[in-house]
Amino acid sequence: MNDVESHNDLAVHFEGVGKRYHHFALEKINLELPTGSIMGFIGPNGAGKSTTIRILMGLLHQDAGAVRVLGRNMPDEQAAAKMDIGFVSEDMRLYGAAPLRWHMEFVRSIYPRWDQPYAEELLRRFDLKPEQKIKGLSHGQRVKAALLLALARRPRLLVLDEPTTGLDPVARHEVLAELMAVLADEQRTILFSSHNTLDVEQISDQITFIDRGRIIDSDDKEIFLDRWRRLRLQLPPDGAVPKLPGVIEVGGSGRLPVLTTNRFEPAMVYACNELGATVQAVDTMTLEEIFVANVQRKRTQEEREEVTV
Amino acid sequence: MHSDIVISQSDGRPMYQQIMEQIKQRVAVGEWARGAEIPSIRQLAVALQVSVITVKRAYLELEREGVILTQHGKGSIVAPDPGLGQRLYDEELDAHIEQVARLGALLGLGPDQLASRVQEATDQFIAARLAVQGADAARTTKEQE
Repeated sequence: MNDVESHNDLAVHFEGVGKRYHHFALEKINLELPTGSIMGFIGPNGAGKSTTIRILMGLLHQDAGAVRVLGRNMPDEQAAAKMDIGFVSEDMRLYGAAPLRWHMEFVRSIYPRWDQPYAEELLRRFDLKPEQKIKGLSHGQRVKAALLLALARRPRLLVLDEPTTGLDPVARHEVLAELMAVLADEQRTILFSSHNTLDVEQISDQITFIDRGRIIDSDDKEIFLDRWRRLRLQLPPDGAVPKLPGVIEVGGSGRLPVLTTNRFEPAMVYACNELGATVQAVDTMTLEEIFVANVQRKRTQEEREEVTV
Repeated sequence: MHSDIVISQSDGRPMYQQIMEQIKQRVAVGEWARGAEIPSIRQLAVALQVSVITVKRAYLELEREGVILTQHGKGSIVAPDPGLGQRLYDEELDAHIEQVARLGALLGLGPDQLASRVQEATDQFIAARLAVQGADAARTTKEQE
């Protein structure tokens, strides 16, 4: 595959993107999201998730770097790109005084690819009443209404800023199910941000962690879940903790240390035994544990760098 | 459609392993027949509501183990001879033996001590089975009388 083709396979491509504010800076953001996959974009509050998404949508202009979305340069070609992007965010304003049906007609008049039978199907699946005014809807119903308006356009790229935040378990399940249904078509792509790692863990192909305005890690989900492990060891009296690759944290107590590594391989267990340490358990880690350990590692690193500078 | 495969979030094992295990069981009991076509990676991902990459991982490992065959551009089928029945039990036995070795080491038991414990357990199992068979035989005789 040549370079041009491989770039065409990316629905979203950020290269060295930056944006400076007085108290916050987004720095050197690189993102690659292949067509046909789902990326979960995870970060604590204030990490830069929404800023990144706003740049992706052309709502904010980057100070540095290049942004390509569905083959279009952002923000210059945003009008053309937006015909194919469905965007749902928490602060999206629908007209409170108008019913959902009115919104459906409005969106339908703008986007020629609006799929009315699918919209009706979503009304039923999301248990929404089209005659109800937006101001009478609960938070969960509002999110589902906004999602319906985006999905029925059948956009090639769905960008969802915290779509599951504040939803009850049933509504969350309905939303995740609809997102997966979209992926049945391999030409369609989803990027969604969340701080609920459980949602992300289940449906994402790619995971990107962001903290303090920087991408701290980005990879296939399976790679994260495969390489991060916690090893519980037992050392002989006066034994030293074995030096293993990728160890980012040593916890536990004296002769019973607990090592966290992000470069686990099964051969490590034998290596430990050779070095005189008994491996009592190798624990897999949830995405949430990986996320927290990753953020803490990067923050410690930064603080160390600041001290040496 | 394929919702008979259940993914548990509280199961400690990775999702791809849960998918592998349940596919193997279906193949072992013949629910997914030898040589039969199985769902595409994307179809199964959508049905189970897990990511495409997770199902892809499960299929790759199943292919490596010879349980399924993936023909480029044609989808996947169950291998004509997956030889699973025996192998599934073998794998399970290996896993338990590994636990025995680990716990033995923890308790400071030597190989001989472990072997005699295994012997004891085997004897007990056989004795228990004979007792059940004996009781069954006695009941049958009684019923015939």
